[in-house]
Amino acid sequence: MSGHSTYVPKSAVAKWFESRLPLVGLVHSSFVAYPTPRNLNYFWTFGAILSFMLVAQIVTGIVLVMHYTPHATLAFSSIEHIMRDVNYGWLLRYLHANGASMFFIAVYIHIFRGLYYGSYKAPREILWILGVIIFLLMMATAFMGYVLPWGQMSFWGATVITNLFSALPIVGEPIVTWLWGGYSVDNPTLNRFFSLHYLLPFMIVGVVALHIWALHVVGQNNPAGLDVKNLKKDTVPFTPYATIKDFFAVVCFFVFFAWFVFYIPNYLGHADNYIEANPAVTPAHIVPEWYFLPFYAILRAIPDKLAGVIAMFAAIAVLAFLPWLDTSRVRSATYRPLYKQLFWVFVLCCIGLGYLGAKPPEGGYVIASRVLTAYYFLHFIVILPILGLIEKPRAMPGSIAEDVLRKHGGAPVGLASGASAEPNSKG
Amino acid sequence: MAETATAEPTRRDFLFIATGAVGAVGVAAVAWPFIAQMNPDAATVAAGAPVEVDLTPIAEGQIVKLFWRGKLIFVRHRTAEEIKAAEDVNVASLPDPEADSARVKEGHAQWLVVYGNCTHLGCVPLGNAGAYDGWLCPCHGSVFDTSGRIRQGPAPTNLPIPPYAFVNDTKIQIG
Repeated sequence: MSGHSTYVPKSAVAKWFESRLPLVGLVHSSFVAYPTPRNLNYFWTFGAILSFMLVAQIVTGIVLVMHYTPHATLAFSSIEHIMRDVNYGWLLRYLHANGASMFFIAVYIHIFRGLYYGSYKAPREILWILGVIIFLLMMATAFMGYVLPWGQMSFWGATVITNLFSALPIVGEPIVTWLWGGYSVDNPTLNRFFSLHYLLPFMIVGVVALHIWALHVVGQNNPAGLDVKNLKKDTVPFTPYATIKDFFAVVCFFVFFAWFVFYIPNYLGHADNYIEANPAVTPAHIVPEWYFLPFYAILRAIPDKLAGVIAMFAAIAVLAFLPWLDTSRVRSATYRPLYKQLFWVFVLCCIGLGYLGAKPPEGGYVIASRVLTAYYFLHFIVILPILGLIEKPRAMPGSIAEDVLRKHGGAPVGLASGASAEPNSKG
Repeated sequence: MAETATAEPTRRDFLFIATGAVGAVGVAAVAWPFIAQMNPDAATVAAGAPVEVDLTPIAEGQIVKLFWRGKLIFVRHRTAEEIKAAEDVNVASLPDPEADSARVKEGHAQWLVVYGNCTHLGCVPLGNAGAYDGWLCPCHGSVFDTSGRIRQGPAPTNLPIPPYAFVNDTKIQIG
């Protein structure tokens, strides 16, 4: 679908440069002439939003490092120094802290978009798995970043998460000591988390480049889940169609982001993290940041320590196997009447787990967590494989162009789709 | 490249194996310090020297927190009822069976010395709380009795006993 670049250098300098390094041609073929399906909706703008969030996090992060002190006795006060003394330090820190949450809001919408429209199915398996890797790197980066202010939640979050590895038999304790660089979470732990928190975003940039490369090899999925058959009829050039649409969505998203930063900058945080780390006292109710809550609920739902840790990691790992667990050949939920309903049940299950992850681990909350954890895995391991075999898909339009015309056109569509589309709908 | 396909080993074959072997040893030799630097450094290990604790100011029923090697330790002066509650337990029924007598020093049953981090995921349990009046972990709900043994919840083992000895009746040395 990518095709060769149609870029033709005009000036003598451009010709000289292009014959030595075809960089402009690469950008032109990837972001100007690149054909995008003409039926894309606004859920397809989250890739651009995520790219902008990644850049925003790196830029604010690099600036914050100029004022932060990575030491167990100084880190907490250096954060207060940023908030009170540094010019616009409050803004930069709130942008970075809320930016992490915005990043996860966007990535969850992006992931659920993929789940709804079957974007993980052939030939997009590698593209999808690269996305799962980016998600894992994001989680590691966010976790380590949250430790850096060295507040109570930072300290105890680090203690609980690193202790997950102590569940491993025999090697567990040496691994935890090795991760800590001591016998408890302390200054060596803070230093290495700081180093890795600076490194991982650049690794994310690398995997994002692979993610975009893989996308441009296989082409974008679309709301109809159909392959591009006719470049001229089914697609429009990336510029101006996708660039303007992406840019508009990015600006809208940044307005939403700004609303958090300026009006409720601490809404998504925890008051306990404004108390300096104290290894002798655990806060009465410790919870991770909101974006980890569903996985935290799964960890706590299992009464056995090792099994709980395995279940939590398996909840993420199972995503990588999704292209082979979903046996349906139809991509888009629009044409899968049963999957469409079960998708929303799964969304509610994830939101429910998030709610339970924030509740104390007692009574009915534990029982509900167990039920939803069971359903989470059931969805992937039992429901999706069986559903593809028993579900009767709806009739699909014959092409992407027909899908667009059916929604917005009228007369010419009825003529084109009726007879010609039916035979193709099983494909 | 066709002329290299001879039956006899060539100088290139020898170089491939020899270079590969030296390279592999080199990679392992370089990886070692990069991995080992993450382990506790000399200063952290040195901070693990034994510490002495005077027990006289600890009143009956009181739990004192202190640190050794950066790890939290509880010293609990148990009351007669607490000792009795810990001893009157069917050991076989416990998740991690251990008699109370094995968790205290002989003749000093009133003194319980345990590590202060929950064996589940390392939070600090709250003293004099939970169904057995021992400890209750606020993070994931593990319940410990007055001997620091796990009774309910996700923690897999009892609170471990640090290495310590009585110097005399009112002083212990940890480490």
